[in-house]
Amino acid sequence: MGRYVIRRLLQMIPVFIGSTFLIFFMVYALGDPVAALFGDKAPDPAVAARIRAELYLDQPLWKQYLHYMGQILTGDFGTAFTGQPVLDLMADAFPVTLRLTIVAVAFEVAVGIALGVVSGLRRGRPADTSVLMVTLIVVSVPTFVSGYLLQYLFGVKWALVAPSVSPEATFAELLLPGAVLGLVSLAYVTRLTRTSLAENARADYIRTAVAKGLPRHRIVLRHLLRNSLIPVVTFIGADIGALMGGAIVTERIFNIHGVGYQLYQGILRQNSPTVVGFVTVLVLVFLLANLIVDLLYAVLDPRIRHV
Amino acid sequence: MRGGVRSRAGAALCVVGLAAAAAAGCGGGVDERAVGVVRASWGDPQNALEPANTNEVQGGKVLDLIFRGLKRYDPKTGAAEDMLAERVESDDAQNFTVRLKDGWTFSNGEKITAQSFVDAWNYAALVDSRQKNAAFFSYVDGYEKVHPVKGEPTAKTLSGLVVKDPRTFTVKLRTKFSTWPDTLGYPAFAPLPRAFFEDHAGWLRKPVGNGPYAIDAYTRGSVMRLSRWDGYPGPDKAENTGVELRVYTDNNTAYTDLQAGNIDLVDDIPSTQLRNVRKDLGNRYINQPAGILQTLVFPLYDERWSKAGMEKVRRGLSMAIDREQITRRIYRGTRTPAGDWTSPVLGDKGGYKSGLCGDVCTYDPGRAKELIQEGGGLPGGRVTLSSNVDTGSHRVWMDAVCNSVNNALGDDRACTVNPIGTFADYRNKITQQRMTGLFRSGWQMDYPLIQNFLQPTYYTDASSNYGKFADARFDRLVDEANAESDTGKAVAKFQDAERVLAELMPVIPLWYQNGNAGYTAGLSDVTLNQFSVPVYERIKVK
Repeated sequence: MGRYVIRRLLQMIPVFIGSTFLIFFMVYALGDPVAALFGDKAPDPAVAARIRAELYLDQPLWKQYLHYMGQILTGDFGTAFTGQPVLDLMADAFPVTLRLTIVAVAFEVAVGIALGVVSGLRRGRPADTSVLMVTLIVVSVPTFVSGYLLQYLFGVKWALVAPSVSPEATFAELLLPGAVLGLVSLAYVTRLTRTSLAENARADYIRTAVAKGLPRHRIVLRHLLRNSLIPVVTFIGADIGALMGGAIVTERIFNIHGVGYQLYQGILRQNSPTVVGFVTVLVLVFLLANLIVDLLYAVLDPRIRHV
Repeated sequence: MRGGVRSRAGAALCVVGLAAAAAAGCGGGVDERAVGVVRASWGDPQNALEPANTNEVQGGKVLDLIFRGLKRYDPKTGAAEDMLAERVESDDAQNFTVRLKDGWTFSNGEKITAQSFVDAWNYAALVDSRQKNAAFFSYVDGYEKVHPVKGEPTAKTLSGLVVKDPRTFTVKLRTKFSTWPDTLGYPAFAPLPRAFFEDHAGWLRKPVGNGPYAIDAYTRGSVMRLSRWDGYPGPDKAENTGVELRVYTDNNTAYTDLQAGNIDLVDDIPSTQLRNVRKDLGNRYINQPAGILQTLVFPLYDERWSKAGMEKVRRGLSMAIDREQITRRIYRGTRTPAGDWTSPVLGDKGGYKSGLCGDVCTYDPGRAKELIQEGGGLPGGRVTLSSNVDTGSHRVWMDAVCNSVNNALGDDRACTVNPIGTFADYRNKITQQRMTGLFRSGWQMDYPLIQNFLQPTYYTDASSNYGKFADARFDRLVDEANAESDTGKAVAKFQDAERVLAELMPVIPLWYQNGNAGYTAGLSDVTLNQFSVPVYERIKVK
């Protein structure tokens, strides 16, 4: 187990280098960002030259990359054009997005699995059919539609919550955005749970448990659900990374100043330190989430052992 | 982080009824507003908030709240009125004496002297400070020493600035520039306190100025809270107790917040809402001219566009654009068809003259086709329209302009749109003179003077003369206008120069841009100035 974890962690190093390299080059391919800093006016050549020199943009690309990587190793992720260190931006943004992701995941786990169990146990009945219908609709509606719609209904029409989130972004404020963010995944979780449950309901060990005369809730929770959760956990694990990086739309709609907001600003202004720094951390989060999923397999299914 | 931990318990309670989620008492939490404070929409300023480094409107809003310079433009008339200046005088339109009023201080108590101005201006002009608005000081004598195009500066201070006594300094300009005192309302000319130089990083975290407001707290990238500075000595004291500027990434969200009463003032109405805004807000919707002119520039560095006879083609293209219909259909009256190269905010006295361009800026497809044929036709029979398309929904009006041209010429393929992915890429292509057809340009005035609309954009080799238009007659008229000490005569000369543009049509004026804003019923006396920035200090909170 320990060796397995160490091996997986070591694998992250080449992935880290590769992803920073790719992203750095992609942002660079967008062109020189300094001209845009002057708006619709002609750049002052002397000032533009100084800014390029300060940001290391006057060097060849490979030197810029080495310089950037050298900085990162000393814990310096560079600065945004406003003069703020990217590390500060991360310290502001990641906790917010993390809270948002926690709400979204909690929402999709709690509601998604519950609905999946309900419909999986009542296969073919009206409850099951309506859950399938509703999840189908949810999957086919894009996030920006459901986001603006729920924001308008809850925020303006019924005036139950503020339509946007304050800079503090507390858990309470993030409930609606989190629900919007987790909505599509929730539909997938429901459907995965339902299918998996329906499949395992016919397994031998369930028949055995029923024959032993175990109480129904014990059969469902201990035996049926636990064994059915493996595909669901895989999905949720992969989803954590996707939710954190893919919150750009949701964060924009609800004016949340998290990772999506910083990435959006970074891309718009072509600030490579911001984009590379944030995406790199997202890649690491994604890898860690996957590692945790793999470890969870062993917990859920004793037949799986990591060596 | 403490806030986050505390709220976790509360959230746990709420999670139980998650589907009803926001419904119960779980949501909200934003609405504890201080009495008399205006909550206004804002965008993240692109640069650090130094006065001479702020060249976009979001940072400009803050400077407008916390700084006052020698002059200030009257939000209604646009006239440059003395603020800190007691008088700015000159006998020869080149050597100026600036006399300051007594009794002004920064909000930290420091007295404002002639030195506060001279230090600030020297800092702004010095190339080592990397200020994006340094070029505003290029009129001052000695600029080329502190701001050489290449290499290290040979002087640290502008030789044209001399402090005479604590309330007087003199300015020597490189050339005659009679209306120079009227440029001094631009924020780059603001005075700076000692703290700016002594603790620069600290000052940037929480800028200190001399305006009607002082900054209480600034969380970069999300919110700035300002409160009225009670010791403010100026005549334009704030009518409200403070301003809270909130950063929005999406103007749709700001608009929704306005509808929900979560914010009081939005100064950027999303284009998708223009249809509903009158119904939603009634007379709390503002749509008034701002000093912005949108144009299409011909790349005159390209011989195919500049050779003799092509002026007919250029004029013909201008007449092939149905400005009236495009501004009405696409912009719903938030743009108005342009009839000269300035802006309505200048007013008649300032040099705005709507019919100056005459027939050449009026839609006349028949005449347009004739003119283009007389001039030898479009180069290669084609013209492209280029613009960045990442922001500002440029694609829509470009398609409309091309359709208008194609209809006039009776050729579906005469005009095509060339969308460019990012603003930076687009700017680089312009600077490197790689444009082969018409390209979009927008001019947002720095100060409400006709000079600012003409000289930086069409004078030979001027900084924002992107099409490389060069005409001796135009240059001479501008020089004469600048040397003219009588404002009325100077304006007439500038208009003569504009008539040269109408003749040669190096740049097609498209439309004047308006400023838009909407506010809740809790506010009154909301107006925008000529820079489409709300006049915050005049807003009253009910």
